[in-house]
Order: sequence, then C-alpha cells, then structure tokens
Amino acid sequence: MSETTVENGKITEYMGKRVIDFMRWRKLAAAASVALVIASIAALVMNGLQFGLDFTGGTQIEVGYEQAPRIEDVRSQLQEAGYEGASVVRFGSDNEILIKLPPEVAEEQTQVSARDEEASQSIGDEVVAMLGQKAGGSVELRRVEMVGPQIGEELRDDGGLGMLFALVVVMAYVALRFQYKFSVGAVVALAHDVIIVLGFFALLKLDFDLTVLAAVLAVIGYSLNDTIVVADRIRENFRKVRKADSEEIINISISQTLGRTFMTSFTTLLVLWALQFFGGELIHNFSLALIVGVVVGTYSSVYVAANVLMMMHITKEDLMPPVKEGAELEEMP
Amino acid sequence: MNRYPFWKYLLILAVAALGFLYAAPNLYAPDPAVQISGQSSAMQVGPGVLDKAERALDEAGIEYFGGEVGDKAALLRLKSIEEQLPAKRAIQEALGHSDYVVALNLASTTPDWLANMGASPMKLGLDLAGGVHFLMEVDTNTIVKTNMEGYEADVKAKLRAAKARYRSVDLVDDREIVARFRDEELRNLAMSTLRKEFPQLQLTESGSGDNLEVRATLSEQEIKQLEDYAVTQNLTTLRNRVNELGVAEPIVQRQGRNRIVVELPGVQDTAEAKRIIGKTANLEFRMEARPDTLVTNKEYFEYRNEQQRQMYGGAWLERKVIIKGDSVTNARVGYDESGLPQVNITLDSRGGELMHRATWKNVGRRMGTLFIESRFVPETKVDEQGNEITVQRRTDDKKIISLATVQSALGKQFRITGLDSPAEAQELALLLRAGALAAPMYFVEERVIGPSLGADNIEVGVTSVQIGLLAVVICMLLFYRVFGLAANIALAINMVLLVAVMSILGATLTLPGIAGIVLTVGMAVDANVLIFSRIREELRNGMPPQSAISAGFDNAYSTIVDANITTLIVAVILYAIGSGPVQGFAVTLSIGILTSMFSAIMGTRAIINLFYGGRRVQKLWI
Repeated sequence: MSETTVENGKITEYMGKRVIDFMRWRKLAAAASVALVIASIAALVMNGLQFGLDFTGGTQIEVGYEQAPRIEDVRSQLQEAGYEGASVVRFGSDNEILIKLPPEVAEEQTQVSARDEEASQSIGDEVVAMLGQKAGGSVELRRVEMVGPQIGEELRDDGGLGMLFALVVVMAYVALRFQYKFSVGAVVALAHDVIIVLGFFALLKLDFDLTVLAAVLAVIGYSLNDTIVVADRIRENFRKVRKADSEEIINISISQTLGRTFMTSFTTLLVLWALQFFGGELIHNFSLALIVGVVVGTYSSVYVAANVLMMMHITKEDLMPPVKEGAELEEMP
Repeated sequence: MNRYPFWKYLLILAVAALGFLYAAPNLYAPDPAVQISGQSSAMQVGPGVLDKAERALDEAGIEYFGGEVGDKAALLRLKSIEEQLPAKRAIQEALGHSDYVVALNLASTTPDWLANMGASPMKLGLDLAGGVHFLMEVDTNTIVKTNMEGYEADVKAKLRAAKARYRSVDLVDDREIVARFRDEELRNLAMSTLRKEFPQLQLTESGSGDNLEVRATLSEQEIKQLEDYAVTQNLTTLRNRVNELGVAEPIVQRQGRNRIVVELPGVQDTAEAKRIIGKTANLEFRMEARPDTLVTNKEYFEYRNEQQRQMYGGAWLERKVIIKGDSVTNARVGYDESGLPQVNITLDSRGGELMHRATWKNVGRRMGTLFIESRFVPETKVDEQGNEITVQRRTDDKKIISLATVQSALGKQFRITGLDSPAEAQELALLLRAGALAAPMYFVEERVIGPSLGADNIEVGVTSVQIGLLAVVICMLLFYRVFGLAANIALAINMVLLVAVMSILGATLTLPGIAGIVLTVGMAVDANVLIFSRIREELRNGMPPQSAISAGFDNAYSTIVDANITTLIVAVILYAIGSGPVQGFAVTLSIGILTSMFSAIMGTRAIINLFYGGRRVQKLWI
C-alpha cells in the first residue's frame, strides 16, 4: 500500500485518510481572523469593557422577593430613601433583584474605621430593612458585596499582568518543547482568542467580572491545549512524511487531528452548555466566555497557529531532531 | 500483548479504593446545628446548660436530636436548616446574653471509622455555605502619625537635655519632624544627638542663613516594621474576637502587606460580626486601694484568670485611673538575669510622666492592671410606634490581669515580674498589647452571602455537574463504544480522585470551583479522545488490533503530557494572581488535570488491557 495518494499534484489521501486541503483557504481564513480581531479591538475601544464590581469597586445587593416586584417601584423606593443613582435590574428569576449602588457609597463605607461604632451598620441590612418595610415584609437578603475602589484597581492590574505573564510563560514553554516558530504561532493564536472573547464581551456590553477573567485565562489554557496537539502532529509528520512540502504536511496533520479536535471541543461545549443553562446567574458569563473561547479556540488551532507557521516558512530543517539524537535513532533496530 | 503486571492493577485498584474512602465523607450531608460555648474560654459548658437549651427548644416547638457536650462547646442538631435561626434565638434567650455564645453550625455526620482515618468532607466556600467575608486594611498613615507624635516629644526632650537650643520643633504633614536652629553649631550638635538617640529616624539637613533645619522621617523599612507589628497584633486580637463568635471554621488571615481577611461561614448577622471585629479592648492602670480607703473611692474587681480568681477572688482598686491602654506602645515577653519570665512594657512619653508621678511616692504598694472588654448585648425595647425593636447596649467588662508590687518609681519603661510561667507572661503581654492602640483598620471589602443563595448555588452546581457528566458519558459511549465505556469508568474514578484530593488537602469548594470540576469533566476525556483517535488511525493503517492499542497509547502519551502541562501552567498562574473565587477555580482545575492524567492514561489502559489484553482479537469495538 502506498503511503500517499496524489491527485493533480496534491496529496489527497495519507495513510488511508482523506486529507483536506485546509491551507488552500488560509489567506481567506487569515483575512477573516484579522477582520474579527480588528472588529473586537474596535468594540473594545468604542464600548470598553463593562467591568464588574470586582474591578470597579462599589456596592451590589441582591434581594429576593416573594412576589415579583416592579422594577420602577424598587427604584423609586431607593431614591426616596436617599440612595441616589442606584441601578436596579432583575437577576436570574423575576423575584430576584440586583441593586448596584454608585462607587461613592462603597468609598464612604471604606472610610469608616473598624473601631468606629458606626461600622456596625451594614448597608445591606439597611437596604433590605427599608425595602421590606415598603413591600410589606418578606424581602430576603441574598447577597451583599462591597468592594473598595483600591481593591478593584489592584485586581485590574493583577489580572492584566497575569494574562501577559501567562502568555510569556506559555511562549517560553512551547519554544523549549518545540521550536520558536511554533511558540510564535501558539501565542498569536492565544492572543487572537483572548482578543475576540474580550471583544465579544465589549460588543454585547456584558459584565466582565473576576469569574470572566478566570474564564479568559482558562480559554488560554484550552486553546493552547488544542494548538499543542496540532503542533505535536505537525512536528511528528515533518519528521515522518517524506515526499511532501510544508503545506501538505500541515494539511495532513490538521486532517489527522481534526476528529480529535472536534470531539474534545464537543464534549467541552456539552459541559459548558450544562453550566450555562443550569449553573445559575453567577457563573452565566463565566460559561459564556468559555463557550465563545472554545469555539474560537477550535478554529484558531486549525487556522491561526498553522497559518503563522506557513507565513514563517516552517521547514523540515526547523524540526529535525538535533544531529546527535538523530544518530541514535538510526542505530535503533 | 497489552497486559499489565499484576501489581499495576493492584496499584490502580488501591488508589481508586483510597480515593473512594477519602471522598466518602462528602456523601454524608451535615446536620444543621446550634453550638453553645462560654463567653470566655474559662467558662465550662456542662450538661446542665444543654438541658436548659433543650428545654428552650421544646418550648419553642423546634425539633432537635443528638445533643452532645464537647470540650469547649455543646452541640444540638436540628431537623431543618430553616429552624437554625429561631433555635439560636430561643436558646440565647433562655441562657442569657452575658455568659454564653450561641452560634449556628453544621455538624458533621461522617461515621467515626472514616473520621478516625482522617477523612473529612471538603470545606464549603462562603458562596456555597453562606456567610460573611471582610477584607480589612490597616491604616498605615495613622501608624506613622502616632509614632511621629511620640517622637516629637522625645526629640524635644533629648535636644533640651543636650542643650541644642532649637527655635521650634514641629510635626509636618503627620510624617516629618522639622527642628529649626539659629546657627550651624547648634544644628550640628542636634544632628549628632539625634543620630545617637534615634537611629531609626532618617535625618536630612535643609534651610539656610539663620533658619537651619533638621528633618526627621521614618525610614521605609521602619514603617514596614511598624506595619508588620500592627498587622500581627491586629491579627491576634481579631482571632480572639472571632473565636468568641463561636463560628465553626473561621478564617483570619493576613493578605499582602497590610490587609487582613476575615471569613465567617454561616454567620448571617453582619452587624453583629462587624461589632465584634471592631470591638475595642482597653486597659487601665490603677493603684490598689489602701485598707482605709473610703468605699466611694475604691472598686472591687475580679481576676480574669480563673485560677487566680479561685485562689484570691479579686482586689479593691482605687477609682482613680493612672493611665489607659492607649499610652502603652509595646509589651513584650522577656527574661530576667535568672531566666524568669517577665513582661517589658513601654509607654509613650506622656504616659511615662503620669506613671512616674503616680508611683514615685507609692513604692511598695501594689498596682493593678485592668483589662476592659466591651460587649454588645441585645435588648428589647419598645419604640414610639409601639413596635418591639432590638437595640444593642454596650457593657464594659473589667477584670484584673495583673496586680504587682511597685519596686521603684516607674517611668516610660518598666517591667512586670513574678510571673509563674512563660505562658502566663505571653498571655499577659498579649492582653497588654490588645489594649494598646493597635493601628485602626478599615473595611475595604465586604461580602455577605445569604443561606438561601448558598443552598441555591450548591443545587445549581450539582445539577450542572450531573448533566454535564451525563452528556459526556453518553457522547463517549456513542462514539467509542467499549473504549468509551473504559473512558467513562476512568472519568468516574477521576471525579472520585478529584474530590478525594480536595478533601485531603482541605481545599475549599466554591461555585467557580464547581465550574472548574465541570470543565475538568469536559477536558479530562480529551486524553482518551487523543488515544482513541490514534488507535483508530493505526487500525486504518492496517495495524493488527493489539498493536494498534499499544501504539495508540504510546503515541498519544507525549501529546497528552505537553497539552496538560501547558494548561497546568495557566492554572498555576491563575492561582497566583487570583483572589478567592478565581483561586477556587484554579485549584479544582489543576487537581483535575493531575488526577485526569492518572485516570485517563493508566486507568483506561488497565481497563482496556483487562478486556482485550492477551487474547486474539479480530475487531475492536471502537
């Protein structure tokens, strides 16, 4: 049995498996990727990220009513009680309400020293007592979060730094295990994925909180996982397949790993859907970020990383094992 | 071909069995309970107290069971979680507020034989258990300010003593002492004096003509030390106070340079928690009353230490207070020449003066130190509209912590000797410091999660794990048949191991943590998918089934390791930069990656080997 089947000068089958000519559309894919990234950056510049409480600081109170209240009522009750500029939205179900107070309230709260007896007054209790009185009892405090502005600022810096650090460490690891061209490919793919997920959040003006940051970092991990599997196969094929050029080897490798790529993305998406639909409001955005990330990550492992390799003219020589190791291999029976 | 040596099966079986054992405690749902403990650590909670509490619950019509008296606290289990708060109220009412603390708790139902093996369930994070979280920041500016204020007086005194006549000495911006001099000679004298007396101050010269200045500031290192000291002191004080709340598993931890995290699972009343955290302890130094002192001029106080209380009861002290705790700047344990423990006390200069004035003509008399704790006791009142409202009334508890003979006139620095043990000295020093002006703290973050939200979070978390798991299991069966079954068994083992490792490490499970588990489920099968698609490939290449299995596992190995290590790197970074919720996610993700490598590679291989190994196989069900 011959190793490869060639039609019109292109390998169409390798080891009994159809080879899809992915790289034929690589220019189109590159254009699409660039367009997506530009659109994402535009969304980020225009809308900015809607940072959640963790990053901006502020006060957030979630209350549960027995019967769905009217949002306008709650809003006017808050206004009457002197909470200016409060935003009121439903959270999850009709009976749950999320109240966001402007950052100044949290700032004021943090000025109160722990020794001060005023500190014993809790804004959450106050608001719930007030709303309960207006609604005729039965308002339940579900959650209060008060974050001082300085904390938020630090988190924002740490989060950004963490993301950059993750990219650098990953790049170093891939360069060490593979070759620097691969690490450039992997990092471009990662940056591509992260920017698109962020752009998605900016475009839809979704809350970007700490859990979403965790999701973005998880996307880095996931997309990397995919990219490495493909890269691993490309490396293997460069060493194994003889009569094929770089483009063909990349096509073969992607075709070979395609089943696995889809299968893993599919099972991961399955659990993410489970999280999205059953995981409750608090991790809704977390799972959404991951879903977007997994979809984009799957695409980028096929097109972005490989595309970068093509652009950098990856060759067999780049990946041949060092001479000494090669010599040993040949001696083996 | 494809056979594992017997010991490998045994090893896998043993790991899985251990995993099951240590994961098992999580299956036993804890009972809602109330816990009764004494207001101070010396208070014993005996069977009598438990009886009283049980009667109170009977009267309130609340069902309970399994009352037990432990070392420090009594525990009563309840039938339903909704009755925890009413039960707490009823018992507190019956026992009174002054002697006992009644707190909500969750009582473990882990069987004894498991508990004896050291197995315990995972801790639940605040978002699952409900509770309060505070982040407090020590106010560095105030620390610097109080310190510089102390130095200002001392600098003046030392300059006067050295005859370095200054035009003025002022504290500028609360952080810099500026001394002005008429001529160079005086300034040089001042410089050398200050350099000798206050090595901890950074000195710079400025000014010109007849207005020459010396500027003194605290060095960055000195500030850091002060901060360190304040944070450690506040930590100790906070721990003691939090213990009074009787919370099951409180966390009081330092975070970063000048912050303290307090987490109180199960606590709902933020106001109460804040009050206790912000509670001030204070000290008073007073002379012991002479036998002929009029009753109107003296007061009787008990000893704080139970042993001393039993031996001596208490003592009469004068009403007049010499100094209060805010004059104490430091109290440290030390040892005298013969190696006996003592407590060295440092006062600020004003306190030193007052102390000197009070003691120089009272040598030979005894001086008592009172420890004052403020407590808030709820009281029911009726307001103008005739509604019953609860208000918090503040009461002061004053007890003697030391009564020692004045050996000579005391000043800024003196010591308390005659202590029985280093432990006693340690406690006394701690109490003296607790009253000292620890730097003020501010709440910079506050989170409260209601019990209903916690319960909801557990429910949605468990549901999504179940549904995600089910979907993946079905998917794997459909795609890979027999091999899918093996992967599913490995996945189940992986979940058990993940839970077991988290339980053993005492990791805290949070909602993002559950999300991490769900994600692990999705990604853990990746290793198997890699192996199986490799096996299929080899089969397609015409390899015989047994060799295909072997080649599939071998070829996929390095890919799996590479892919997982990079994900692990990201998880570790996530843990390092993240706070609470993100860390919970990072922990489950990294543990999940590690356990999945074991179960997906070794576990699956073992099952496949058992099924296919060493036989003639014509066709693989893959």
